[in-house]
Amino acid sequence: MTANLELQNITRTFDDFTAIDNISLKIDAGEFIVLLGPSGCGKSTLLSIIGGFLTPTSGRVLIDGKDMTAVPPSIRPTTTMFQDYALFPHMTLRDNVAFGLRMRNVGRSERAAKAEGFLDMVGLKASAGRKPHELSGGQRQRVALARALAVDPDLLLLDEPLGALDMNLRRQMQDELKAIQKDIGTTFVHVTHDQEEAMAIADRIVVMNSGIIEDYGKPTDIYMYPRSIFAAGFMGEVNFVPGRVTAEHDNEYDVETVFGTTRLSTDSFTAGTPNVGDETTICIRPEQFRPASASDDANRTTLCQAEVVDGAFFGTHFRCHLKPENAPDLILVAHMPQSTQLKAGDRIDVLVNPSDIIAVPPVALAS
Amino acid sequence: MSSASIEKSETRKAWCFVAPALAWTVAFFVLPFAFMAAVSFASRVSRQTVYSWDLGNYINFFSKSYLLKGLFVSLEITLLVTVISVLLAYPLAWIIAERVPRRWQRAALILAILPFWTSYVVRSYSWLLVLSENGVINNLLLDIGIISEPLQIASSTTATVIGFVHFFVMLLTLTIYSNLIQLSPNYKRAAFDLGANAFQTFWHVILPLTLPGIMVGAFLTFVLCIGDYITPQILGGNNELVLPQIIMLQLGRRADIPTAAALSIVLMAVVTIAYLLCLRWLKMERT
Amino acid sequence: MRRQLSAVISWSYFVAIYGFIFLPVGVLVLFSFQDGNLPIPPFNGATWKWYAEVFADDKLTSALGNSLMVAFLSSLLACVLGFCAAYGLARYRLPGTAFQRVLLTAPMTVSYLIIALGLLVVFNWVGIRLSLWTVGIGHVVINLPLCFAIIYASMGDHQKNIERAARDLGASNLQIMILITAPILMPSILAAFFLSITFSWDEFIIAFLLSRFEVTLPVEIWSLLRSGLNPKTNAIGSVVFLISAVLLVLLEIFVFQGRSKDDS
Repeated sequence: MTANLELQNITRTFDDFTAIDNISLKIDAGEFIVLLGPSGCGKSTLLSIIGGFLTPTSGRVLIDGKDMTAVPPSIRPTTTMFQDYALFPHMTLRDNVAFGLRMRNVGRSERAAKAEGFLDMVGLKASAGRKPHELSGGQRQRVALARALAVDPDLLLLDEPLGALDMNLRRQMQDELKAIQKDIGTTFVHVTHDQEEAMAIADRIVVMNSGIIEDYGKPTDIYMYPRSIFAAGFMGEVNFVPGRVTAEHDNEYDVETVFGTTRLSTDSFTAGTPNVGDETTICIRPEQFRPASASDDANRTTLCQAEVVDGAFFGTHFRCHLKPENAPDLILVAHMPQSTQLKAGDRIDVLVNPSDIIAVPPVALAS
Repeated sequence: MSSASIEKSETRKAWCFVAPALAWTVAFFVLPFAFMAAVSFASRVSRQTVYSWDLGNYINFFSKSYLLKGLFVSLEITLLVTVISVLLAYPLAWIIAERVPRRWQRAALILAILPFWTSYVVRSYSWLLVLSENGVINNLLLDIGIISEPLQIASSTTATVIGFVHFFVMLLTLTIYSNLIQLSPNYKRAAFDLGANAFQTFWHVILPLTLPGIMVGAFLTFVLCIGDYITPQILGGNNELVLPQIIMLQLGRRADIPTAAALSIVLMAVVTIAYLLCLRWLKMERT
Repeated sequence: MRRQLSAVISWSYFVAIYGFIFLPVGVLVLFSFQDGNLPIPPFNGATWKWYAEVFADDKLTSALGNSLMVAFLSSLLACVLGFCAAYGLARYRLPGTAFQRVLLTAPMTVSYLIIALGLLVVFNWVGIRLSLWTVGIGHVVINLPLCFAIIYASMGDHQKNIERAARDLGASNLQIMILITAPILMPSILAAFFLSITFSWDEFIIAFLLSRFEVTLPVEIWSLLRSGLNPKTNAIGSVVFLISAVLLVLLEIFVFQGRSKDDS
């Protein structure tokens, strides 16, 4: 059916390498959670721990409030969709999907009927008698999904299932996964390194890096209000401007950068209220810039003057590199509106809305 | 040069590369085979080979009981050896693939192969030593007190079977092992995940997926075992002769090449039937 | 608890099977040092005298030399023929490629007894006398398919592109084959070569039927067997085992180990 998941202080080490470093996480029943991060960040390891294929070095895994840390995969109310699908090549699709039911001693005709029902759900009922090698990659993946869901798990774990598919198929499968999840209500935990995919399907995203959670929240929150430099950079292109908090006024703070002083509200400091004197890093997304000529927002203020280094039309926007006058080393990436016509050498005023800007703690220096 | 003549000279070059090997195979394999087939239709009459071009030798084979018996003994021993070897080899292959740490698996295999990297003749001789009346086995059993008189193991069909099993266990371990490690570890994980215990996973998933390895090994075992002369000759005693031994007998004492040739063709036919059955089975597996 | 039990069973089986595998060889080597006339228990004490006898025995030592020579030459020829054939079939489009492949690998599936018999018939008919040369011919017949199959299987597409690049830079076909293809394929060629030497080295039935006065070692050992159990046979058997084992270890270290590193 469905259940909530709680990870308490999970740590997992391999010899002298720490793959997961004291991670705690709460997931509600029925949520579609995405574990997002680059290769080696520990997301697959965490998934294996949730699924029972690895035990944590310390910490607890609670499903529906019950401690499942030491429970093996066969008894745990989770099923996993593996990256290579792992469909049993010598069995028909029907037998593959019915396998879990067979292990639960469901009778032959009943499990065949149930299996065909799940194959129908993924649109492959007509091929029930075929073998996996006769299908395409996308079709095999659906069978893997049907097989995992046939045993009615509380949690479905997906290990980068869409990685091997081409772009169109991937988009299509993302929509289908989302629809199926909404339909049956099982909690899905999905691992990927593709931030677009994460934003497309997740109810909430867990951004991971080097074994820790960098950020956790709804896609809009993570994109618009990331809580760390890593999260900001991983979710999309972003411009980082180092600065320092110089003064406090009520609910606003002055931040001093190469562009002068900018006043930001407390909300802009996503990692928590800053202190005067703190180092901080300003994050501005490329699409938040406007040239003076095309600004339609009265709240935009001039950030700086800049010279256009180069620009190219990208269909939905005009992407260009800007060299600020007072900070010629800090090349800014900007996504200007479609109709913008700029060429190299043009000097423009660069505008931005301060409430679009966020500030995060700078990256800690490696010790 | 025109493109047609470039192609022609390229093809000619290619033939130059392949021709020597082909020529050798035709001259020293195909031709002898054809000759032997031809000779099998002759017979030996007063120290001369007379070509009567009839199936005389083949009819002899089916009518003379001691000739036909050779085939049955061969089949019996070969099937027994194949079954026993598979049953002994599978667990070993499984242990090496699953229990031995990755780093040591290769060494374990090399170690298993090592004793077989000795002369075939020598190896059969060694078994003779081990199984003979005053050999190691008998001495051990006598000392422990399990038996009061030495067992007659050597010079019997049992000894032949032991000698064969000794070799083919190694061969089957290799084929089954290479099948096992090619399996994605996710098959096992998926099976566990869906609720199977260790035995169910093995029975429903692993075993069927290793059938190709078993079949290839079993086929090789069959072919090599049924055509072998040395092991039965050294270990087998004189009571039940296998077909290769009977073929050699025709050569040795009586210099009866026609009969030997006919018997060899029969042997080849049996192997070919096994080969076709194996292919058939493989095709079935595909669908 | 169950895991421990299964581990104990597994390791017991492992040890038992390995014991079974090594039993005959162990007995062979042990009793080659037997201070006594029969290579059977009890073991009286160690002596080198049987090895001394082996190396003093002219027939044995010449048979040893014959074996090595036949193995080396026949494997060399099998490798050259096999390499050329593999190169021709893999790099050029010829009619009937599939048929040629089957023909070239067919001898692998035929019992050596039958191959020997066939050659015997032909040699008798043509009038060629039996000798080590005829044995060599037979050994090439059984090793050529092996060499061809191994080398052909390793001529993949990525080498094709390297050869194309060489041709682009002006190399002739012969230069390509000698300077580019052969070195790249050296691991496979060496593997085929050493495997052929191993098969030829202890091959019995072809050597037995196709030789007359000069014989190879397995045939000589066979005649030794006629005289019953004798520690001298143990000694020469142990020598053969040692040489073969060294061959295997060399094969593993220089050919396969290198290969597996490249595969990663």
